[in-house]
Amino acid sequence: MSKAIAANVSEEKLIIGGRAFTSRLIIGTGKYRSYEEMRSAHEASGAEMVTVAVRRVPLDRSSESFLDYLNPSLQILPNTAGCYTAEDAVRTARLAREALQTDLVKLEVIGDQTTLFPDNEQTLEAARILVKEGFVVLPYFTDDLIVAKKLLDAGCAAIMPLAAPIGSGLGVQNPANLRIMREQLPDATLIVDAGVGTASDAAIAMELGADGVLMNTAIAEAADPAKMATAMKLAIQAGRLAYRAGRMPKRLYASASSPLAGVIQK
Amino acid sequence: MKVYVNGELREFGGASLAELITLLELPVARIAIERNREVVRRSEWGNTMLNDEDRIEIVHFVGGGARV
Repeated sequence: MSKAIAANVSEEKLIIGGRAFTSRLIIGTGKYRSYEEMRSAHEASGAEMVTVAVRRVPLDRSSESFLDYLNPSLQILPNTAGCYTAEDAVRTARLAREALQTDLVKLEVIGDQTTLFPDNEQTLEAARILVKEGFVVLPYFTDDLIVAKKLLDAGCAAIMPLAAPIGSGLGVQNPANLRIMREQLPDATLIVDAGVGTASDAAIAMELGADGVLMNTAIAEAADPAKMATAMKLAIQAGRLAYRAGRMPKRLYASASSPLAGVIQK
Repeated sequence: MKVYVNGELREFGGASLAELITLLELPVARIAIERNREVVRRSEWGNTMLNDEDRIEIVHFVGGGARV
């Protein structure tokens, strides 16, 4: 990448709750084979924000603090993963804020164990409560424009539609929905959360106009997580540049690249 | 008295939440505590007197992106 283009990618910041990020990649901390593997993947990804889950402390053994394994320069984004009701998600967010002294929360309220699809109704209810309590709420929800609008009206700092089920690696299953959300909500911070499987999936999400991508399994379950983290970093930069460049229109038929005039005749 | 700690009923001979945490020998950095569904600020642990059958939740952070 030339220096000028690299500067263009990094100058344009992702703003979330008043914080500016150079990287548009947010990554998870689960499913890694070891803490060392996680750390090297985090480093390779260039991500500046990582998400962590809230769980009961085990009482039967002295547990080391997982957070000590994270690079201290990373912004920690606590999530409410595992919550099935608005009430549990609100409680979890409050506990996370107390422990970490951060207002950021990735709000997840799951509706079903098999698909892990979000319960949009409970998510909206929790979002309204948390925004009133001063949280910077980043909600995971089904890729639906109307739900997105309601979440923004509730005061969410960003919207995080799924690309496909969590951990599925299927990639963007409904690009039209993401495009519609981007076009109809041009000022919203839109982060694609869940379902990315490989670098091209992340690039597609960014080409559709996402402001960022959040992923976990695609990196953690790769045979070489650090290598995949690098691929994701580059794909997100490439996708962002392509979006900003403005792609050519799609055509059904060929359109010659060379001038038609002056072709030699028989 | 008996109190529920993370869902387990436990005999507790002390009085305050701070004493309970000491007895459990938990690392106290970056944990948070709920008593009967309300967060108890760290600065209040010493002043919070427990009652029989109180429900205490003590949480920390674990690796996770989505569901763990």
